[in-house]
Amino acid sequence: MPGPIQSIERAAAILRLLSGRSRRLGVAELSGELGLPKGTVHGILRTLQQVGFVEQDAETGKYQLGAALLHMGSSYLDGNELRTRALNWADALAARSGESVRIGTLHESQVLIVHHVFRPDDSRQALEVGTLLPAHATALGKALLAHHRYIATDMARNDLQTFTSSTITDVYRLRRELDEITERGWASDQEELYHGVTSIAAPIEDRRRVVVGAMGISGASERLCDDASPRPELIGYVMETARAVSRELGAIPW
Amino acid sequence: MPEKYVASIDQGTASSRCIIFDQAGRIVSVGQKEHRHHFPRPGWVEHDPEEIWSNVLIVVAEALDNASLSRDDIAALGIANQRETTVLWERRTGVPVHRAINWQDTRTDHLIHELEGDAGQDRFRDRCGLPLATYFSGPKIRWLLDRIPGLRERAEAGDVLFGTIDSWLIWKLCGRHVTDVTNASRTMLMNLETLDWDDELLDAMGVPRAMLPSIQASASVYGETGTAPLAGVPVASALGDQHAALVGQTCFSPGEAKCTYGTGSFLLLNTGEQPVLSASGLLTTMGYKLGEDQPATYALEGSIAVTGALVQWFRDNLGLIGSAPEIETLARTVEDNGGCYFVPAFSGLFSPHWRSDARGVIAGLTSYINRGHLARAVLEATALQTREVVEAMNADYPVSISGLKVDGGMTANNLLMQFLADVLDVPVMRPIVAETVSLGAAYAAGLAVGFWPDEDSLREHWHKAAEWLPRRNGMAVEKGYRKWKKAVARTVDWVDEDDEE
Repeated sequence: MPGPIQSIERAAAILRLLSGRSRRLGVAELSGELGLPKGTVHGILRTLQQVGFVEQDAETGKYQLGAALLHMGSSYLDGNELRTRALNWADALAARSGESVRIGTLHESQVLIVHHVFRPDDSRQALEVGTLLPAHATALGKALLAHHRYIATDMARNDLQTFTSSTITDVYRLRRELDEITERGWASDQEELYHGVTSIAAPIEDRRRVVVGAMGISGASERLCDDASPRPELIGYVMETARAVSRELGAIPW
Repeated sequence: MPEKYVASIDQGTASSRCIIFDQAGRIVSVGQKEHRHHFPRPGWVEHDPEEIWSNVLIVVAEALDNASLSRDDIAALGIANQRETTVLWERRTGVPVHRAINWQDTRTDHLIHELEGDAGQDRFRDRCGLPLATYFSGPKIRWLLDRIPGLRERAEAGDVLFGTIDSWLIWKLCGRHVTDVTNASRTMLMNLETLDWDDELLDAMGVPRAMLPSIQASASVYGETGTAPLAGVPVASALGDQHAALVGQTCFSPGEAKCTYGTGSFLLLNTGEQPVLSASGLLTTMGYKLGEDQPATYALEGSIAVTGALVQWFRDNLGLIGSAPEIETLARTVEDNGGCYFVPAFSGLFSPHWRSDARGVIAGLTSYINRGHLARAVLEATALQTREVVEAMNADYPVSISGLKVDGGMTANNLLMQFLADVLDVPVMRPIVAETVSLGAAYAAGLAVGFWPDEDSLREHWHKAAEWLPRRNGMAVEKGYRKWKKAVARTVDWVDEDDEE
């Protein structure tokens, strides 16, 4: 039987340090702690980043544990559970905004719709629960990708599909937008999937602050936008509701 | 004029809640507090009426606080309540003479058999619409009058008063002794035609008229609140919770039906201005009476004892799922029920069978069945029981149900709702305000004070949040329903004489 594989041992040591008290460490700090050359540590970090086990903070350049690792260490949130816990909040968002509401979770590189509330105008609408939407062309998807960068990195290996002239197909532009979304806490898609349709979404976190889903509204651009940007009060409703659901998930399960 | 709101108290079996609604019928604020259950003996369930009253004041204050509102912002207060639960109190002091006897309490079991005599459980059905059963208030009053020394004399003198929870709260809020037609219709003491206490029923049950509240409309200004935090606000509605849900779902036309899916489930069908006596095992009850000068609307009711409770049982007693919503995930691991049917007759069969000698059955077990099939059978049981009730409704009422408005916690389960639409072969619709009980009490109170002009204005607030359309798979559905009926047939005649206690 072969002996232990050195690079895996070193990767494990890095992860252990990142799970410690300081949580965010730079290459220099890690190499100092481990007594390894910076180049070696950097190489291991790059691989860990690619598989989603660590993430690099855009501003400071420091590393922290990635969402993929957090997901593995805990049971993921059941989509049916998410719908049940969010039900009243989603109804209230639809009533307040006058638009249809959807809740989605990441399903590989797509968004799985786990809940859908009709636009409250009694027009003919069909339930979309169970359908898959492209992550890079939807507000729900981008809100999720902003917190699951390893999936965005994965997606960049293939061409990003074009749906309208506004669809983001450039990987660097997508990355910049995901940075902005992380910063401001909400995402939008302005006619990036369908002509004439705008969506606004915000992430839902569980009690470990892991993003487990996103919720948002969609509707005709003329209702959702002022001067070609999403209306601030609608953004406010979406963010408040997503925060309320996050609080709900932080409570003891019933 | 500043915007006004309506406050609605939902005094339920588990908790008291206050929800404040705006003029568009949207939820503005919620307060909620649970109360204790007392179980002095097996089968006995009691609440402390004073605790319920103080909780009601707390949740009202909480709801006002949460939205930074004061009594000046509230146009009216409405009440929806757990039905049949019985309170007796002293007129002079307002002090209860006993803890409230909860609707689930079965202490009147022997009394019920005594009252049945040779006539059977339908002895009073043509007068009050109900079969003899332990739920209803009349026998509970009789039990207390028989057991507490001197109580009957004080009741005959009008010194001790009876009320369901609505009456108790209205008494505490504004000092008047009244109830509404929907709550009165659950006592077995009210005549369905006259909407007054029935002398023959009072006689048979041994309940003196002097202790009973006056019966008013469901939407009516009973008085003004005399205590903080809503001093001066008119108390303007009272409805039993299921009747309130019928109003909250705006089922205002004959033939419209709603079903509330909770621990148990209750399907009410609006049958218009005439009571429809059931030949198919349903209850005849009041729908609502939205104003003293408005006609009373009647309803047929199908009560299913175990629906959500079966999912809880599956979670707690079998441990195959960690939380109730996970049942959908487990059920979706298989294509169908694999031929397995689960009839949850845990304490007998209710509407439309009324067989207390039945007990639960899992039928169609083979070595092929796994936990996914069981999860499906658990969910399908709720839909198949609903189909039995709907078939009974269609037999008793000339117009078939053409759509079902649903509410309650189980409507979050998409698999169940789709299956329900398939099994009933009608569209199933969930409204955007899921709190239909509170909303119904708010609507009635708002109508009574002119906050809303009429029923049509309320209909405009009802919006579809989701709709499940029946899929064309008639053959499979009919076969499933046939098998279900065979499974039901296997539950009866299980309890033997020597099984008791």
